Amino acid sequence: MNTTLIVTQILTGVVGGLVYVLLALGLTLIFGLMRVVNFAHGAFYMLGAYTAVVVVGLTGSFWIALVVVPIVVGAGGLAVERGLIRPLYGRSDYDPLLLTFGLSFVLVELVKVVFGKLGKPFSAPPVLADALVLGSLYFPKYLAFMGLAAIVVVVALWLFLQRTDLGLTIRAGTQDSIMVRALGVDFDRTRAIVFALGIALGGLAGALNAPFAGVNPDMGLQILIFAFVTVVVGGLGSYWGAVAGGLLIGVVYSLTSLFFPQFAQVAVFSLMALVLLVRPTGLLGSGG
Amino acid sequence: MAVVLALLILVVPEKTLATQLLVFGLFAMSFNILLGYAGLLSFGHSTFFGLGAYGTALVLKWWHPHVLLAITAGVVLAGATALVIGWFCLRRRRVYFSMLTLAFNQMVFFILFQASNVTGGDDGLRGIPLPDFEIPFVASIPIEGIHNPFSFYYFVLIIVLICLLGIERLLSSPFGSVLEAIRESEERARAVGYNTNQILLLAFVFSGLFAGVAGSLYALFFGFIGLETLGWVTAGVVVMMAILGGVGTFVGPFVGAAIYLVLQEYVSKYTDSWQLYAGAIFMACVLFFPQGVWGSVVRMIESRSTGARG
Repeated sequence: MNTTLIVTQILTGVVGGLVYVLLALGLTLIFGLMRVVNFAHGAFYMLGAYTAVVVVGLTGSFWIALVVVPIVVGAGGLAVERGLIRPLYGRSDYDPLLLTFGLSFVLVELVKVVFGKLGKPFSAPPVLADALVLGSLYFPKYLAFMGLAAIVVVVALWLFLQRTDLGLTIRAGTQDSIMVRALGVDFDRTRAIVFALGIALGGLAGALNAPFAGVNPDMGLQILIFAFVTVVVGGLGSYWGAVAGGLLIGVVYSLTSLFFPQFAQVAVFSLMALVLLVRPTGLLGSGG
Repeated sequence: MAVVLALLILVVPEKTLATQLLVFGLFAMSFNILLGYAGLLSFGHSTFFGLGAYGTALVLKWWHPHVLLAITAGVVLAGATALVIGWFCLRRRRVYFSMLTLAFNQMVFFILFQASNVTGGDDGLRGIPLPDFEIPFVASIPIEGIHNPFSFYYFVLIIVLICLLGIERLLSSPFGSVLEAIRESEERARAVGYNTNQILLLAFVFSGLFAGVAGSLYALFFGFIGLETLGWVTAGVVVMMAILGGVGTFVGPFVGAAIYLVLQEYVSKYTDSWQLYAGAIFMACVLFFPQGVWGSVVRMIESRSTGARG
């Protein structure tokens, strides 16, 4: 088999995997601090893509869209946390899951009503439209950009969590939210910020992936499932677990698509089953 | 309750709605064995519904056996799959469990999608023959699916009633009590000596079996099934039905299914976006009526009677 083809597939898999990583990190952040499984995460990913379509339509610039999308979607996340999730604190941990599940239905249908059922075309900015050539290796420039952007975000987020005061509060809150409150921190504000941040990550992932994966109302669910698989494989609550899990899944999917295309999805699920069999808490997870 | 249901066929303008109500009512009740009684939220319950449907449909298409045998085939397929999937999903609990049920549901969906020469893939499975119902040496009753809703309705009614009786017996037995104990505190149940994993797995399998019956009946009813019977929308719908009705009561999910189907029937006449309203109503339910419609009714009645005494 052609080695360049395999290498290209692996790289594509890494980039695709980084999208799952971004989503899984958002899910992990929100779950770690708030014990909320955000079923609507996929819907916000989709909203990020559609927001990008709108912004590009208005300004013609993909780069402006990349900046605007996380802000707009994050603001939406703030509103959702305020209005819908906050009333549920103190209730069963299933309630936010159920609520966000209902929300995902509502958001998807709203998008279908406003933008139609068929999806919108979205292409990469012209400067990134062609491919990198390294020897006999062709790799789309946009994919390379996407991968780099995702890596930057992953590292920046890690540094934020490790090096800033707010990051410290978040990490502490993940470990012991009662103690953090007892120490006088406005925990409601922290929660709101974390939720908005997680959602913004999801929206950004949607905008970044749009030129590659397309924009349609149902794009959220497929990616959400893989994001869930990522957290199961990597371990919910583990930062680098989410990264490792996402990359692993991306590469597995990509390589299987090359050799046995009909089994690509099943391969990912089988990986998940294997991890469950051998290490139920996830590759890097603990407890739960 | 049986009288009410039998009468329903005469009252409800769309006779197919009444039969659908029975089928989805049973489906929601099977789901609630897991949520209401075991405390496990399954987001992939349509797996067993769909497998019951496909199992029965394929057996009927290839071998034309007695209709009860076909139903059994579908149910066995659903139950066997529940055993395997349940074993994996029960490696985790709570929200992880829920995510896993969804993931496995999608896995089964994709497998059946790929096996399109068997399942018809995206086009679905058509022309499921509905044999006459034969009671050996006594009679051969044509049940005729949607062509004669009346006789089919009673056929479904009898099966559903038997299943409901079965579920009721199961849940009011010691097994049911242990299940509820596990729901309240699995640690304590374990401390007392129960093998909670096994018990939960058993509950999962029962739940899958009854969902399989509902799926079977669905296949017989429509004569045509598509992959959406196993899909995430169906899985989501059953969650909504159960919660809408009230997972804390025995009959709540059945009521929830009825409300959902009736609303769907009438709202769909005015709009294409029924899912939007369903989602919104569901969200309102989670926020303001966590006990569900029937659950709230039961609570109101109970507080009235204690009020009179106190």
